[in-house]
Amino acid sequence: MIQLSSPEDTQPEEEETEIPQSDEAREELVAEIEKELGDALIATEITPEVDVWARVTKEAWLDTARILLHRCNMKYFNFLSAIDWMPSPYGRDLDAQVDQPEPINPEEMSWGITGGETRFQMLARVHDPENHLGISIKADLDESDLSIESWSPIYPGADWHERETSEMFGIVFLNHPNPVNLYLPGDFEGYPLRKDFALLSRRIKPWPGIVDVEDMPGEESEDEEVEA
Amino acid sequence: MTDVTDTKQMAYIAAQAADARVNLEIETEGMTLNIGPQHPATHGTLRIVVKLDGEQVISAEPLMGYMHRGYEKLSEVRTYPQVTTLVNRIDWLGSFANEVPFILAAEQLMEVEAPPRAQWIRTALFEMSRIANVVLFLGDMGVQLGAVTPVFFAFRDREFILNQIEAVTGGRFHPNFDRIGGLRDDLPKGWIEETQGVLKRIRDFCDEIETLVVGNEIFQSRTRNIGVIPPDVGLSYGLSGANIRSSGVDWDIRRDGGVGLVHHELDWKVWTHPDGDSFARFWVRLQEVRESCTMIEQILDGIPAGPVMAKVPRIIKVPAGEAYVETENPLGVMGYYIVSKGDLTPFRVKIRSASFNNVSITPWLLKGVYVPDVISILASLYFILGDIDR
Repeated sequence: MIQLSSPEDTQPEEEETEIPQSDEAREELVAEIEKELGDALIATEITPEVDVWARVTKEAWLDTARILLHRCNMKYFNFLSAIDWMPSPYGRDLDAQVDQPEPINPEEMSWGITGGETRFQMLARVHDPENHLGISIKADLDESDLSIESWSPIYPGADWHERETSEMFGIVFLNHPNPVNLYLPGDFEGYPLRKDFALLSRRIKPWPGIVDVEDMPGEESEDEEVEA
Repeated sequence: MTDVTDTKQMAYIAAQAADARVNLEIETEGMTLNIGPQHPATHGTLRIVVKLDGEQVISAEPLMGYMHRGYEKLSEVRTYPQVTTLVNRIDWLGSFANEVPFILAAEQLMEVEAPPRAQWIRTALFEMSRIANVVLFLGDMGVQLGAVTPVFFAFRDREFILNQIEAVTGGRFHPNFDRIGGLRDDLPKGWIEETQGVLKRIRDFCDEIETLVVGNEIFQSRTRNIGVIPPDVGLSYGLSGANIRSSGVDWDIRRDGGVGLVHHELDWKVWTHPDGDSFARFWVRLQEVRESCTMIEQILDGIPAGPVMAKVPRIIKVPAGEAYVETENPLGVMGYYIVSKGDLTPFRVKIRSASFNNVSITPWLLKGVYVPDVISILASLYFILGDIDR
């Protein structure tokens, strides 16, 4: 991590001298998962001393949980959710003063760490409370079949997280013990955390605090670069 | 693909254990009892539908959503500095602590580090928000069991901590003080001396509570061996903070790999209790308030001089990437998973709040207990509704 406390710091040099550290504990963890899952493990990424990610196939989702709990000592269930990778078709409308976006093509998706192929991606995280290691697990979900095995038989704590994910993203969890809405009323229509679910207050009211964002004299505007 | 046997699954064992507690000697007609949405033990609007057989709970199902504010969605249309205003309101009793993991995650993505002085002040405010939060629990637990006095002491002494937080941040409940790259402002003059006096009061309060409540025979009989959570079950439900430490799990993020705060430079102890019952949860929290006082005292003595803000651009754009940062908040582990696409706003923010997981164990935990114990167990789990309905 680079310290930017004094303006004299020359960033590029520091970056060059930073030697990529190795992270044995996390590499061992990835090796263990790879040994058990084989081809079902699509991609992994390790940021040394920070974090580790793994992407598995949808079919191996439940097996991954089993392996993490029984083989990797990941006893602690942290959270489970999903990511909708489609860029919001509404853009950022009323904040146009700050950053006039180019017309958005919802088909043009880009994915984050460990990549992806589909619009919806599962995201779960478990933790080893003895060795203090955490891992984020992802799995692609094809839009034609938004269903995936439930983790609750393995991690009971996944129950509520899956109910929340289900109502917010419209993902169906197979073999879930109690598949009803957690927060939303039963007759609620739509899936609020999907990117194509319009946030009404943002459609009808201006962005709060928009007038505050002005450039200081002498400071180069970053927005002009976007327009240029 | 794997040779792991399903018979050893946690959920199966847990369900068996919960079922075994329901021991019906005489079959009577069942009854459904609504606890909440406005019961004092719920700290907000949680409703629990309890099915009873006589005095025994057969099933308990919490119903939430009365206060869901959709912060994950709102975060997607707010700039990074604006998000701290939202997350202040998740756990409203320890607001400053909510800002810290979000700011740390954003700093991790931006590869910015706050200057040492900012980190020390951050840690001090972080621990003060823990005191402000947990002190109220220590008083409130008595109220749930019929002892009204402790809560007055709690409100009286919490005021001093809130005054100190207000003196620095300008806000009693919603400081909105943490910034990417540091803090909004430095400490006011004379604050350190005043705070030392306040910490003395908090220590006295802890002693007072210990003599008033912990040694009380009624309190002990209402909490000992009530609502026992075995460590493995607690971990598989994602319980954290004092709830899991009181089941004997020696795990505290402040000690074990916390980033951005200075806890590892201080001399303090992680308290655990082997019992896992309501009493243990109360006792561990009481010790943690004392430990927080120890930490703040050391911080006040050792705050380094220097700036409180690193050099960051005026308009904050966070580089594309993903980061998950969690901290040991008053209620347990709180983390933010931020997905950034290099924009002014986060692409997706997953808020992992402590109470959500802590309360998800209640259907399991309340099965087979008796009606008066429901309140004692709920109070000892200690959750804030804003932390469940984010």
